Amino acid sequence: MNGTQTLTSRVSFFARNKSRMHKYGIVIAFFVLCLIVSLIGEYQVSQGAWSSNYFLSNENMLIVLRQVSINGILAIGMTFVIITAGVDLSVGSVLALSGIVAARFATNNAGLAIGDTANAVLMPLIIALGIGIVCGLINGTVLARFRLQPFIVTMGMLSAARGMAMLTTDGNPVSQLNSDFRWLGNGYIAEIPVPVIIFAVLFGLAWLVLNKTIFGRHVYAVGGNPKSARTSGINVLKIKVLVYTLCGCLAGVAGLILTARTGSAQTNAGAGYELDAIAAVVIGGTSMAGGVGTLVGTLFGVLIIGVMNNGLDLLGVQSYYQQIIKGVLIVIAVLLDPSRKQQRD
Amino acid sequence: MSNAQTQQPEWLLEVSGVKKAFGPVVALKHAEFRLRPGSIHALCGGNGAGKSTFLSILMGFIRPDAGDILIRGERCDFFHPRDALKAGIAIVQQELSAIPDLTVAENIWLGREPKRFGFVDFTTLNQRTKVLMDELDFQIDATEKMRNLSVAEQQLVEIAKALSHANADVIIMDEPTSAIGEEDAQKIFQTITRLAAKGKGIIYVSHRLSEIFQIADSYSIFRDGTYIHEGNIADITREQLIEHIIGGEYDSEFAKFNQPGTEVMMEVKNLRWKNKIKDISLSLKRGEILGIYGLVGSGRSEFLDLIFGIKHADSGTIRLGDKTLARHSPKESINTGIAYVTEDRKETGLVLCRSVGENINVSSFAQISRGGFISEKQEKVRTEAMIKRFNVKTLDGDQIVGNLSGGNQQKVVLGRWALLDPEVLLLDEPTRGIDVGAKKEIYAFMSEFALKNKGIIMVSSELSEIIGMSDRILVFRDGELAGEVSAADATQTRLMKLAV
Repeated sequence: MNGTQTLTSRVSFFARNKSRMHKYGIVIAFFVLCLIVSLIGEYQVSQGAWSSNYFLSNENMLIVLRQVSINGILAIGMTFVIITAGVDLSVGSVLALSGIVAARFATNNAGLAIGDTANAVLMPLIIALGIGIVCGLINGTVLARFRLQPFIVTMGMLSAARGMAMLTTDGNPVSQLNSDFRWLGNGYIAEIPVPVIIFAVLFGLAWLVLNKTIFGRHVYAVGGNPKSARTSGINVLKIKVLVYTLCGCLAGVAGLILTARTGSAQTNAGAGYELDAIAAVVIGGTSMAGGVGTLVGTLFGVLIIGVMNNGLDLLGVQSYYQQIIKGVLIVIAVLLDPSRKQQRD
Repeated sequence: MSNAQTQQPEWLLEVSGVKKAFGPVVALKHAEFRLRPGSIHALCGGNGAGKSTFLSILMGFIRPDAGDILIRGERCDFFHPRDALKAGIAIVQQELSAIPDLTVAENIWLGREPKRFGFVDFTTLNQRTKVLMDELDFQIDATEKMRNLSVAEQQLVEIAKALSHANADVIIMDEPTSAIGEEDAQKIFQTITRLAAKGKGIIYVSHRLSEIFQIADSYSIFRDGTYIHEGNIADITREQLIEHIIGGEYDSEFAKFNQPGTEVMMEVKNLRWKNKIKDISLSLKRGEILGIYGLVGSGRSEFLDLIFGIKHADSGTIRLGDKTLARHSPKESINTGIAYVTEDRKETGLVLCRSVGENINVSSFAQISRGGFISEKQEKVRTEAMIKRFNVKTLDGDQIVGNLSGGNQQKVVLGRWALLDPEVLLLDEPTRGIDVGAKKEIYAFMSEFALKNKGIIMVSSELSEIIGMSDRILVFRDGELAGEVSAADATQTRLMKLAV
């Protein structure tokens, strides 16, 4: 017990209470953002630019939700990975690879009988999940077995998976997709877009896994202190492999949905998506140092990015400015996160 | 600067009526402290006694709510750590903070390097360091890289760094020996004694009472944020000092009430690992507390790591009951009935950023889960049971373990293993940096554990603890078994002789 330690423990004492505030802080930040966007909308209505406040309409809300589903699904996996003090840079490329291979089993001339919904959806689904799982498995096994930096290994996969995606079709897109398959991206169930439903279900399952299972606790322990986790009897290697596999698998799902949504699979799809997913997780209060973070935080991180993009679109702000604003927002979010102070300098 | 003194004042440092509260928490109710030039003064107290707050105030990290600090009779008010340094108060940190790839000189003058035309003037830098080292009589080369020094030498560099601030008269030593072995500790003591002989005042903080009796000449006791008592070490016994610290009667420091049985429960044969462990065999009986003593580097911690499967032996066998362990993982060890309290609870024992409850339950979730899903109700019940069982001082199980004091953190580790009800408990320095009250509780737990016909292997570099708690003591030297001594025959000299 020395002075500096006392000091740190005082600081973390406040940080601890503040981090509770942060839990709600992000919710407040989200609603403040919504309020600002809708107030600007109201102003525009009063100026006669719009007949009604479109931002608040049900239609727009669902659009926002559908837009964020893909980043949301990626961010779920990314949350697990970042909690283990890792990062997965390859999700965008894995998304493209799974999307493009799955699409080849979903084209109109893939030998599918019209109305053969089961095969039109099931086969691409299995393919996409399979590819995602294999990529994640490779990431996890290599980095855990050989104790390499996740940043390096997944950066390798970022390049390799993109290359494979290009190779599969010689760089050409796959289009003319079966309409049943496209339902995964465009369809509705009870007026709710299918991607939103998939995202919601996956989020619920992931939340249960992270918060209610042994695996979830082990994920936090491995991220918080891998040495102590090992001494506690946790198979650290296994947890890491599983976490990256999960992340890859979710990238596969995202690839499937994006392909179905756009109606064609592009070899350059998902480029840079990893950064949006990481941004959502970080804005949501998960520490890059590992051991700390929540999926609910990530959800709001995803929503904040989504609403901001949507709001700026509606306001007619050029997309270049949107990128600048997003960049500033990420840094501010981390700057305001009090749990950050718990890490010693 | 009001009351200027003409003659040399009697007290180097005089503190009176200092108070400090953090919000509603009063950390320091009333602190008194007096230090003479040339004195080595032990600051004693349990965890939570207010020592750390008091030292933080002396070092200028925090400002007191009330009270006076007088240095050489002059009133001081510190707004910043550099004010305290300027006034002549220096601290030797408990944890080493050296940068391994910089040289000794660069580390000492980090941020204060002498410059020439904007570049570091290495000639002056090394010259200054050499002068400082000569003055202190340290045999350390100024241009050596820190990483090539032993831990004890690094600690000496920390001391030199503290003294490199001009006219440091008051030197605070906060657990300077916690990271080093007995032999190296003696070197530090010699240095401290020499510094005192030069007229410096030393404030010495340590949980190891034997050290206090070895080097200090006077003491002050804090308890519950309040100054209790001061006096000369010569006028007090170890038992009296403990009673003052815990504020109650103290029968025996070591709560030992187990009796070793005769049945051998674990056997280790011809264990070898690299050149650190050279052919070690031992057996552990049911109901026995087996002590392992050895200097740093004797292979004692590595030996426990090998048994638990953190490291894998090159050859040799480990047998527990009818199971043989080879190239096993910690998980397999746990399943076989072995638990391990590691030397460094922060590095390898606890997940500091997680809660008390999670740390207590992390190894035994399987017992309270169905299909991988944890019963949160049982988790809470078990957490509370262990908090109560080990008397962990925490608001509740949701507190972050990193915010607990060392003793309470150690109890959390014990709680985790107690939930698993292992057969063999491996303990590496189980009471390092822990106050006397908590120590006694840990000793009582050890006796209780052994009493249930289970076995303990304890590694410790504290001789009194090894002798007080073990039934049998093995001494390691350079990775070999140097000797075996029964508890009845063990003396500090005998163990030391075998160890060096």
